[in-house]
Amino acid sequence: MSLLELENVEFKYHGQTEPALKDINLTVDKGEFVAIIGANGSGKSTLAKLLNVLLRPDKGDILVENINTKNKKQIWEIRKNVGMVFQNPDNQIVATMVEDDVAFGLENIAVPSEEIRERVDHALELVGLTGYETHETHKLSGGQKQRLAIAGIIAMEPSCIVLDEPTAMLDPQGRKEVIETIDFLNKEKDITIILITHFMEEASIADKVYVMNKGKIESQGPPAEVFEEIDYLRSINLDVPAVMEVANGLKSKGMKIPEILTIDGLVDALC
Amino acid sequence: MLIELKNVTHIYDQEQKIKALDDINLEIGEHEFIGIVGHTGSGKTTLVQMFNSLIKPTSGDIYVDGIKTTGKKPDLNHVRQTVGLVFQYPEHQLFEETIYDDVAFGPRNLNLDQEEVDKRVKVALDLVGLEYEDFKDRSPFNLSGGQQRRVAIAGVLAMRPRVLILDEPSAGLDPQGREKLKGLLKRLHQSYNITIILISHRMEEITQLSSRVIVMDHGKIVLNGSPKEVFSHKDKLEKLSLELPEITEILYRLKERGCDIRTDIFTVEEAVDEIINVVGSQNYVN
Amino acid sequence: MLTDITIGQYVHGDSVVHVLDPRIKIIITIILITSLFLIGNFWGFAIFLSFNLVVIKISNLPFKKVLKGLKPIVFLVLLTVILHIFMTRGGEVLFQWKFIRIESEGLYTGTFMASRILLLIMFTSLLTLTTSPLQLTDGIEYILKPLKKIGVPASEISMMMTIALRFIPTLMEEAEKIMKAQKARGADFESGNLIQRAKNLIPLLVPLFISAFRRADELALAMESRCYQGGKKRTRLHIMNINRRDITALILAIALAVVVSFF
Repeated sequence: MSLLELENVEFKYHGQTEPALKDINLTVDKGEFVAIIGANGSGKSTLAKLLNVLLRPDKGDILVENINTKNKKQIWEIRKNVGMVFQNPDNQIVATMVEDDVAFGLENIAVPSEEIRERVDHALELVGLTGYETHETHKLSGGQKQRLAIAGIIAMEPSCIVLDEPTAMLDPQGRKEVIETIDFLNKEKDITIILITHFMEEASIADKVYVMNKGKIESQGPPAEVFEEIDYLRSINLDVPAVMEVANGLKSKGMKIPEILTIDGLVDALC
Repeated sequence: MLIELKNVTHIYDQEQKIKALDDINLEIGEHEFIGIVGHTGSGKTTLVQMFNSLIKPTSGDIYVDGIKTTGKKPDLNHVRQTVGLVFQYPEHQLFEETIYDDVAFGPRNLNLDQEEVDKRVKVALDLVGLEYEDFKDRSPFNLSGGQQRRVAIAGVLAMRPRVLILDEPSAGLDPQGREKLKGLLKRLHQSYNITIILISHRMEEITQLSSRVIVMDHGKIVLNGSPKEVFSHKDKLEKLSLELPEITEILYRLKERGCDIRTDIFTVEEAVDEIINVVGSQNYVN
Repeated sequence: MLTDITIGQYVHGDSVVHVLDPRIKIIITIILITSLFLIGNFWGFAIFLSFNLVVIKISNLPFKKVLKGLKPIVFLVLLTVILHIFMTRGGEVLFQWKFIRIESEGLYTGTFMASRILLLIMFTSLLTLTTSPLQLTDGIEYILKPLKKIGVPASEISMMMTIALRFIPTLMEEAEKIMKAQKARGADFESGNLIQRAKNLIPLLVPLFISAFRRADELALAMESRCYQGGKKRTRLHIMNINRRDITALILAIALAVVVSFF
C-alpha cells in the first residue's frame, strides 16, 4: 500500500483560466525519498500545498495513508501525517526560543507535557541542534533555522515530510547542512521524504524523481535515467549542474561514459 | 583610484569587540570587475557598505572619488551618486505606485530636472530589458519576482553610478534570469565603463565575469588576485570551506588521480576539450 | 542602530526574584500598584521605596538600568509637580511674586502625586526587568484563563504576543536594511521639518508593511500545517509550578500592601 497516492489531480487557482496542476499521478511508498523538480511556476509548490490540505484538488483524489484529503473531518489527522517545511526560514518559526518552537506542533495536538520534553529533545538531536534548546531563534543561521523547522516537524512523528524548496534562500553552507540532514533522516531513520526543489544536484540523491513543467509531470524515474535528457531539462529552465554538462559534452564528442550525476562519478569514469 | 581603503577596521559589537572588518587595505580602480566571495558573516556586506558610506568604520580612512568619506561632513550625495549599491533581494525595497516613480526616486533625490529624470528612467528600464512604454505606468507589485528585481536594479542604475555594487543579485533567480543578469552586468561593464563589484556564492558567476577576485574571511582579505590566481590556492579555499567552481573541482580531482591536466579553466566547453585532449590521448597514469 | 533596541528590558539572572513564578509576580505587582492608590501619607511611600531598593539589591539588578527605565517619565513627573504647585490652592502661602503664588497644599499634592507615579513605574519595571517576555506572556495567558468563560480569547492574545516578540527583531533588521537601500538611492531620513520627515518615511514604511503582510501570510500557513487550531485546547512544554517560595512571596506582598494602605 502506498503512503501517498495522487490520482488524476487537477487544481485551478481562483480567477485563473489555466489550471496550475493537471493530470497529476504520483505515488510515494513508505521510506522512499522522492524529489519533485521544476522551474519557478511549474506548479510544484501548489502540489506541496495540496498534500498538506492547505489546498484541495478540483478534480481527482489525494490519499494520505488511505484517507482522502476531501474528507473534511480528518483534516488534522492528515496534517499531522504530512509535515511541511517551507522555503523562507524566518516565516515558519513561531517562538522566540528554540525548544518552544519545536514544541509548538506538539502543543497543538495536545501531547502531554512530559512527552513533549522527550520528543523535543529527540528531534533536536536528530537534526544536530542539541545544545541549542534555549537559544534565541532569530540569531540562528539560515541552515540552522531550516533544521529547526525540520525538528519541529519530525517531533510530530508524521508519516512523511514534504519540503518545499527548503534550500532556496540559503547559502552553500546552509544548503549542505539541510540536504545532509534530510539524507540522514531518510537513510538512517527511514523517514519518508518528498523534496521539492529546482536544484538538480539535490534531487540526484533521491530514489525517484518527478519532473514538473507547466503544471504537468513530464518525466519520472530514477535520477540517473531522468537526468540523461540534459537538453530537455535545460529547455524547461532547470539548473543543470556543471558536472552533468561536462559529461554530456564528453559524450557528444564520442567518449563512452556511463550516466553521471556527481563529480565523484565523473572522476571515477575517467580515471 | 575610485575607491581607496586605508587600515579600515570596523567593530560592530562594542561590548564583545567583534570585528566585522579587520585592518583592510584596498584599492579599486576605474573599469574593474571585482568578485567578492566569502562565508556569510565574513564581512563582505559590511565592506561594500563602507564604499558608499552607509556604514562608517571604527577606524581607518576611506576615499571615494577623491572625497575623504571618513572626514568631516563629506559630500554624501556625491558619494552615493558615484557608488550605487544593489542589496540582496532588492525587490523588497520597491514602494511607489508605478514603476516610473520607483525608478525615478533616486534621480529625484538628486534634484534633477524633469527632463533629465525622464531620460534616466527610460535608459535604466531599457538597460534591464523592460520596455519603457509598456511598463512605466504599471504597479511594480504586479510583476513577477524576476521583473521586480530588474525594476529595483534600474532604480539604482538611474543614479548613473560609476561603481555598481551588487550583493547576491542572482539569489533565487532561475537559469534564464541569471543569464539575463550576467548579460546586463557584462554590458554595463563593457559598454558603459562602469566598475562592477559582485558579491556571490556562485563561483561560476565570479569566474566567468570578474577580472579580480577578493576572498574574505573573518573580516580580513585573505586572497586578492585574478580568478586563475585565486582559484589556484585550492588548499587555502578548502581550509575556509569555500566551494571551488564545479569545473575547477573536477579538473583538480582528475589531476589528483594523476592526469596531467590544466586546472585554470572555467567554462564547460574548454573543460570538455581539455579532458578529451588529456584523457583521450591516454596521457595519464591509472 | 535599530537592531540595538532590546525588547522589554529583561536582565538575565537567577536570583530569588527571577525564579518566582511569573503569575505570582504579576499578581504581586497588581496588588502593590493597587495599594499605591490607597496610601494616605508619605510614610507609605517611604516603605515602598525601601521595599523597591531591597528587591533591586536581591535580584542583582544594575541600579543604573533601573534609573534609565525612569528617564522617559521624568517629564511627566515634573509636569505633575508644576501643575499642582501652581494650580492647587489651599494651606499657607509659601511664596508670592506678582501673580505667581505657591501654597503649601499645592506643593504637598504635587510631590505626593509624583511619588506615586515614580513608584508605579518602579514596580512595573521591576517586573519586566526580572521576568523574560516569554514568561510574561505565559503568565498573562494563565491569569486571563478564567476570563475565557466570558469570551476573552486568552490563548489567542498570548499567541499574538509571542509572535510579536518573535518577529520584532526580524522586522527591525529588515527596516534597517530597507533604510540603507533607500539611502543608497539618495533618500534622506534625517533632515527637514516634522511633516517633511514623516513624508520621507514612506519609502521605508511601504516596503516594511508589504513584507510584514507577506510574512504573516506565510506564517499562518506554516502554523496551520503544524495543526494550530486557534482557541482549541493546547498542552504546553513548560508547566508553571507554584511552590512554597511563591506562596511566601505572595503573603509577604499582601501583608506589605495592607500595612502600607492602612498605616
